[in-house]
Amino acid sequence: MDTSFMQSQVFLYIEGAKLTLYLASIGILFAILVGLLCSIIRYLNIPIIRQIVGVYIELSRNTPLLIQLFFLYFGLPKIGILLSSKQCAIIGLTFLGGSYMAEAFRTGLDNVAHIQKDIALSLGMTQIQVFQYVVLPQAISNSIPVFCSNIIFLMKETSVFSAVALADLMFVTKDLIGIYYKTDEALFMLVVSYLILLLPISIGCTLLERKVRYAEYGNRSAI
Amino acid sequence: MKEMMLEVEHLKKSYDNKNLILDDITFSIKKGEVISILGPSGCGKSTLLKCLNGLESVDEGVIKLKGEKIETEKRKIHKIREKIGMVFQSYDLFPHMTIMENLVLAPRKVQKRKKEEIQEEAKQLLIRVGLLDKKDNYPRQLSGGQKQRVAIVRALLMKPEVLLLDEITAALDPEMVCEVLQVVLELAKTGMTMIIVTHELQFAKAVADTIIFMEKGRIIEINHPEQFFSIPKTDRAKQFLESRGKFQ
Ligand SMILES: Nc1ncnc2c1ncn2[C@@H]1O[C@H](COP(=O)(O)OP(=O)(O)O)[C@@H](O)[C@H]1O
Ligand SMILES: [Mg+2]
Repeated sequence: MDTSFMQSQVFLYIEGAKLTLYLASIGILFAILVGLLCSIIRYLNIPIIRQIVGVYIELSRNTPLLIQLFFLYFGLPKIGILLSSKQCAIIGLTFLGGSYMAEAFRTGLDNVAHIQKDIALSLGMTQIQVFQYVVLPQAISNSIPVFCSNIIFLMKETSVFSAVALADLMFVTKDLIGIYYKTDEALFMLVVSYLILLLPISIGCTLLERKVRYAEYGNRSAI
Repeated sequence: MKEMMLEVEHLKKSYDNKNLILDDITFSIKKGEVISILGPSGCGKSTLLKCLNGLESVDEGVIKLKGEKIETEKRKIHKIREKIGMVFQSYDLFPHMTIMENLVLAPRKVQKRKKEEIQEEAKQLLIRVGLLDKKDNYPRQLSGGQKQRVAIVRALLMKPEVLLLDEITAALDPEMVCEVLQVVLELAKTGMTMIIVTHELQFAKAVADTIIFMEKGRIIEINHPEQFFSIPKTDRAKQFLESRGKFQ
């Protein structure tokens, strides 16, 4: 492999990685918020909105991100809504991730013992207080494993952003292959870039999961 | 003449609109009095306690607290629960909070009392149940008996008028039963009004001013403990005691 070529192009990958990371961070953050909101609506069983959330989750989980991006980027302008590439990427990732996060939190909520709710209610707390202080913290803790695998899944999904003309890692790679025919080098650097992005997240998640599982609720001493 | 605390009149409850789980329950408890409810499992004891503090809805009947009818309307029900505390069989604390956080949560959020004041009171109560050194531990570091004592303290910190205890030692290892019952006995001495569902007959006899015996959702007998355990009025109570080997 042509290492001097690789060295000369590294900066492109750094720029691409920065963009990927930037879009992914914002998209995932919004996805978490959307997921939280959806799971709360389902939990509180708010009529009508609950059904809307249900439709959204099915729609989101059963269509590929690429199609969602095409819809945002090429479809919406036809009805007069123009979004920038970055906006499309963030909205797309939020739309996709929101449903995955909602499912993660729902599993977490379902696994909070019913008696916990009764106890909190019997102490005079309102439904909302019970949810906020007793149910939600435990649900979040329960949902950490699925939550973590969702983050990694969403990070990987960002590789389709190049489809809406964003100079992310995939875009840079396709460009280099197109211009210089350095397929091996370009692909190698792409794999390495994604590894560098994902490994720390993956390791962080493993540690977090272990903490939740073995030392429930962040307490270091004893067992 | 002691003040009337809780009056229950003709209470009816079913979960499926067919089988009555509670059938025409009527009794009352005065301030400072302790009632023990006995009866075979499945006779509706837990359901009754849950109805009394609004965790379950009531189909018919009236519950009065200090002479005032309890509103079972959903939006107001948490106000009643402040006044009627409950401790459950499963000694669940909130697992994501330390013992002190478990204790402070409800008084702070529900009664909006000052944190320092609650903590001070919590410490006093923890001393009384011998668990002050556990205040910064998490629930999983405590034994079942210790957790149940904390659960009692947690309910007490809300300063309830009445405390409902639902088989609070049934899920404990035998060697821990005593330490929890001791706490309840002392509470009784301090004049706490309590309704205690229990399978510990000796304990019921020692702690209660009145025994209520239930079967199949109905009250069969209300009696003084001395009489109930020596010469019960009803044959069914007699059979129940005989089956428990406690009738001489
Ligand atoms: N949430 C519920 N839904 C339907 N039936 C219930 C529910 N809780 C209790 N029951 C039924 O009500 C009856 C009384 O139960 P319970 O009050 O728990 O009795 P006890 O505490 O005396 O053992 C039982 O037959 C039980 O199966
Ligand atoms: Mg019961």
